[in-house]
Order: sequence, then C-alpha cells, then structure tokens
Amino acid sequence: MGTLLRIGWTNLKRDRVAQALTFLLPIVFFSIFASVFGQQSGDRTPRIRVAVVDEDRSELSRRVVEGLRKEDGLRLQTGTSAEPDSPSLDRQSAEKIVRTGDVPIAVVLPQGMGAAFAERGFAATEPKVQVLADPSDPIASNMVQGLLQKAVMTSAPDLMMAGGIKQFEKVGGALTAQQRQAVAQWLPQLQAGAARGDGAGSGPTMGLGIDVIDVMRSDDRRGSLISFYAAGIGVMFLLFSSVGGAGGALLDEAESGTLERLLSTNIGMGGVLVGKWLFLALVGVAQLTVMFLWGRLVFDLPLFQHIPGFLVMTVITAAAAAALGMVLATLARTRAQLSGFSTILILTMSALGGSMFPRFLMSESMQKVGLLTFNAWALDGYLKVFWRNAPLWQLWPQVLVLSTLTVMFLGTARVLARRWGG
Amino acid sequence: MSVLSVVDARKMFGPVKALDGASLELREGELLGLLGPNGAGKTTLIRAIAGRVRLDAGEIRVFGQPVDGRRTPPELGIVPQEIALYPLMTARENLAVFGRLQGLTSAELGRQVDWALESTGLKDRANESIRQFSGGMRRRLNIACGVLHRPRIVLLDEPTVGVDPQSRDRIYDVLDDLRGRGVSLLLTTHHLEEAEARCSRTVIIDHGRAIAAGTLGELVEQTVGRFRLVTLRLDAAAGQAATAEIIRGARTIEGDPSDPRLLRARMRDVAIELPPLLERVRQVGRSVEDVEVKGPSLQSVFIHLTGRELRE
Repeated sequence: MGTLLRIGWTNLKRDRVAQALTFLLPIVFFSIFASVFGQQSGDRTPRIRVAVVDEDRSELSRRVVEGLRKEDGLRLQTGTSAEPDSPSLDRQSAEKIVRTGDVPIAVVLPQGMGAAFAERGFAATEPKVQVLADPSDPIASNMVQGLLQKAVMTSAPDLMMAGGIKQFEKVGGALTAQQRQAVAQWLPQLQAGAARGDGAGSGPTMGLGIDVIDVMRSDDRRGSLISFYAAGIGVMFLLFSSVGGAGGALLDEAESGTLERLLSTNIGMGGVLVGKWLFLALVGVAQLTVMFLWGRLVFDLPLFQHIPGFLVMTVITAAAAAALGMVLATLARTRAQLSGFSTILILTMSALGGSMFPRFLMSESMQKVGLLTFNAWALDGYLKVFWRNAPLWQLWPQVLVLSTLTVMFLGTARVLARRWGG
Repeated sequence: MSVLSVVDARKMFGPVKALDGASLELREGELLGLLGPNGAGKTTLIRAIAGRVRLDAGEIRVFGQPVDGRRTPPELGIVPQEIALYPLMTARENLAVFGRLQGLTSAELGRQVDWALESTGLKDRANESIRQFSGGMRRRLNIACGVLHRPRIVLLDEPTVGVDPQSRDRIYDVLDDLRGRGVSLLLTTHHLEEAEARCSRTVIIDHGRAIAAGTLGELVEQTVGRFRLVTLRLDAAAGQAATAEIIRGARTIEGDPSDPRLLRARMRDVAIELPPLLERVRQVGRSVEDVEVKGPSLQSVFIHLTGRELRE
C-alpha cells in the first residue's frame, strides 16, 4: 500500500499540469465566483452605471439626483460624456447610450415632477419617473427603482410633507394656527435630516410613480436572451473543440510521423499550419451554426432576423478560436499537457469572459479583466447582433480585436512550430 | 555515378553531437545500407538529406545540387520509420492524399495509385480502412506513399522494423522493383543480416561518423581480414596460468572478459590451426563443450570497428 501511495505521490509531484488541475483550477474558479457573487473583489460593491436626465430642474429633482449620487452602488452620468463640463443628457441621448450598451439603465426625472410633489406630496404619483432599461440586465433595473424610492424619501421628505399638508388642507380644511406652527417647526428638521443623509423623519411608506421602459423594444425577448446563452456556451465549446482539433492536427500527426511526411512535400510548415487552421475554423463555423440552428428550432432563437451579423461574428470567432488552438497545440509538448493546460485556460476565460454568467453581473474591475479574454469580445459581438440589433458596422471593435488576435495567434504558432523543423 | 553525396556533415542538438563529420556517397541504382546502433545518427543524417534538418557544417548534394535544409528536393522520396499514414482512411485514400501533396496531377495520380497498390500487393484491400491491415501491409503502404511521385532517390528509415520475415521479403520485393526502375535507395537498419544479404554496399555509422563503407568483401578486407572466427566454450574457467598456456605463442587467441569460459581465435586455416588448440585445452585439464566457427560478417566487421555488439 505504501508503495502505491509513493507511486501516486511521485507522479503528482512531477506532473505540474496535474498539480494545477488539482489545486490551482478550483482556487481560480472559487475566486471568480466569490468575486462575482460574493463581491469580494477589490472594489467591494459592483457599481451600476446610471444615466440621469433631469428634465424638471426643480428643487426635488436636484435633491433626487444628489441622493442617487450618494449611493455607493451607483455611478451617475449626467452629461453626454464622462467629462465634468459636458452638456447635460437629454432623453434621446440617454436612450441611445442604453441601446448601445454604454450604460445598462437611464433615469428620466420628468418635467412637472417637483411641482406635483409640492402640490400633492405623498399622493403625487404623476408624472411618473421613467426608467429606460436594457432588460438583459434585470438587476440594474430593480436596484435603481429601489434606490430611486429611497432617494426621494431620504433627500426630500420636507418637500413631500409640505405638499402632503396642502393636499390634506384641500380635503380636511385649513390647519389651525397652532398646527401650522408645529408643521413649520418640523419641516426644517426633516430637511436637516435629509441633508445628513439619515432619512430622519421618513416614516410612512410613500410611492414614487415609476415607469420602466424596455428601450431595446425586442419583439422576442426570450429568444434574444437565448441567443446570448447560445453564444456563451457555443464559444466555450468552440474553444474546447478548436484546441482538441489542433492537438489532433499537430501533436498526433507529429507522433504518428504524418507531420514529417507532410513537411517533406512542397507544402511546408506555413502551409500545414494555414491548412489546419482553415479546417478548424470551418469546423468551428459549422459547430456554432448547428448550435444556433438548434436554438432556432427548439427555443425560437431569432437567427434568421440576424443572419449577416451572425455570420460576421461566427466566422471571426471561429477563426480566432482555431488560431488560439494552434498556439496551444504548438506550445504543448504532449497531448496530456495540452489537455490539462487548455482546460485551465478555457474554463478561466469562459468564467471571466461571460460564457458562464453575464459579465454585467460582475464588478467593474472584473468586467475590465474580462476584456482580456477571448470570450468577452466574442460575446459582446453576439450581444450587439441579437440583443441590440446593432448594424454591422458597429461590430468593428469586436472584429478588429478578434482578427488582430487571429493574426497574432497564427504568427506565434508559426514561431513555436519551428521545433518540428519547419 | 554518384547521385547523392554527404561530406563532413555536422549537427549538434544542444550538447549532443548527432552528426560528427559523417560522409557517404550513394551511387546510381544501388541499395546502400546505413548501418549503426540506436543513437548513432542514422535518422538525423536521413533527415538532413531530406532537407528537414539544417546542418551546422558540411555539405549535402543531390544530383549535384546542394540541399539547403529548407525544403526537400523533388528528386527524393521519403519513407519515415513510423507508419506515417492516416488510420481512418483507406489505402487508396492515403495514397491519393500523399500523391496530391507531392504534386501529382489527377491523371498521374490515378495511374500511380493503381501502380502502388499493384506493386505492394494491396490491390484487393485498396478500399479498406488501414486500421484492419497487418503491420507488414502498413509498412508496404508506408513505402508506397513515399514513392508515388516517382523519385529518383528514396530514403528509407528502418523500413522493416517490427515485421515478420515473410513481410520483410515482400518489402524487399517492392524495393527491388524500384531498383529495377533505376531508383537509388538509401536505407537505415540495425539488422546486420539484412544489410549483408540485401544491400549493394554498406556504410557503418557510429557516434555521428561514417567509420567504414564498401561491399561486404571490401569491409572484411579492410577490417577483420579473411579469417574465420572460432569461439570455444570450455567446461569451466581455465584460470590465468592455464589460459596463458592455451594461448601460448598464438597472438590471435584471446579470452572473453565477460565470460571466462570463452576463448576466441582468428584462424586463416581452421583444419590446421584448430586441432593444436584443442590439444592444449586438453593438456591443461579442461574439456571443450562447444565450438563455433564463423566466417567474416558485418557483425565481425562491426565488432572490429566499434569494439561492441551492434544491438547495444
């Protein structure tokens, strides 16, 4: 028994890939999930970017904006850009940046809101605050609605109370001089409490009328969300199949001697690599197409409405995945090494890049780290096509990054392939 | 006429000297055996000739043209040591893909594939997956894939390794067929008997150098001479004094350090020289259990040149 333990220990001690798979990969995954769902990353709170349009420009709206600005969970954008002196957002520009995915949500404080509260206080549910939301991020919408209620309650209780008294007088008759004096003494306390930010004095629950508007106006929201998951899972498995295929194409052929035979023909190493890459890319295109067709047949994925964008993203994604597979296959010395290393890399990239759960659930810093992964760029492109109905030209950042990666990967694979004497 | 020449080829892989001044010459239409133990540099030399390894120094010429180590000269056909075939393809499909990669046109391809299937005896199995083939059949197909484009020189790296004698004969039938067409062949082997029986000439390579070259007769003449090698096995070790008595006056008799019961002697005329030796053994009180008389062979040449058996 002791001998068997010794054999196992010696093999594990000398197999770095096995060590990484056994100890490192679980830690990496634990850290990613803990960062996303436990918010244990560097910036403890995932901040939601919110565009705010103040059409009312009243005391109430000013205080609501300030109340929202104090929230740790939000990062407000009131101008058309991040510059402090940029012009204020209007409704159209706010809707546009939600549609393009720059922010997940926008809040429009409508004209007349302050006046309605001054007149009717708690009962003023019109005009309603409008929340322009991208439903692909349901968390942002719900969180902002809650924080809006909180902002009104804690930032402007005095204004609401003053309006409420007016409303009361309309129904119940004028207050006595003594009652007026008591209200006059209480209102500054409410205002002071609001200024301190502790919401002193806000007792009764009062409702702010909120309209949530789906700015994506997707006819088939379910189908579009399914396309997101199809892309997420599809890209992850595309990476697995590309790496496996490249391993078969190079490592197995090197071992069997067919690579040597190919290299003794006129085709040369460059030709072999391009030929293998092209085949893997075509298989990748077929793999993603089958996946999306299945989604169309079984889950009503809106494939046929987005054929050009789908083709662009699928071709460029498959090309880049195949090129990454070639790099890993030329880097690895053995099949076992390739399999272990690529499993770690692909699962990590898929977790960080949004294949396992959407990146908008992650903190901002994690989202930035995610951009270092292959998956994030591919998934952002599919999201643009199927969710945002973006025109083809808007895919240029994804196409540029993925095609640059393809060229870099192929160049690296060519250099690494010199070990086979090509 | 020389179709291939290698002069002072040198190649290092890190600290290891794979080739250390190897030279050889392949003549038109001959079957040249490149003989040496594992690690002697045979495969490196073959790969260098094929343009797959760039030499650190030295020169290789194929039909007078230098090989630059970047590409395989079109006059060469390469048959690697491994079964370099696609196992999921049929024999015909394997031949077709390698023929196409060698640059054959569609018309040539059909003709050459039929010829290859015929000459390797695989015509009846042409459309079967090669996973169902025996080792010998795969070896023959392996050779055929390397010669489809009608090369004038074929390099074969251990073409008969791991096959039974019958399959080996069929492989040599294929090679004889190629020689009949004027193709020059260079094959590596560590089968002495094969090199002795099949090759026109042999080059012996060891530690990256060609240490002898020629026909069997030339090699014997250059090294061990026309002696018979006589090995006696005694019933027990003779002891130092007795051994000295046995080999007294005969410079060509020596003991074997690895087995004190063995005595080896080189004799020009066994009938005259063996009886006195047996008599001296009897005189020191020992008897002879076994006597082996061997004519000169590549084995004895190799032992003479390198001081060790080939399969070390």
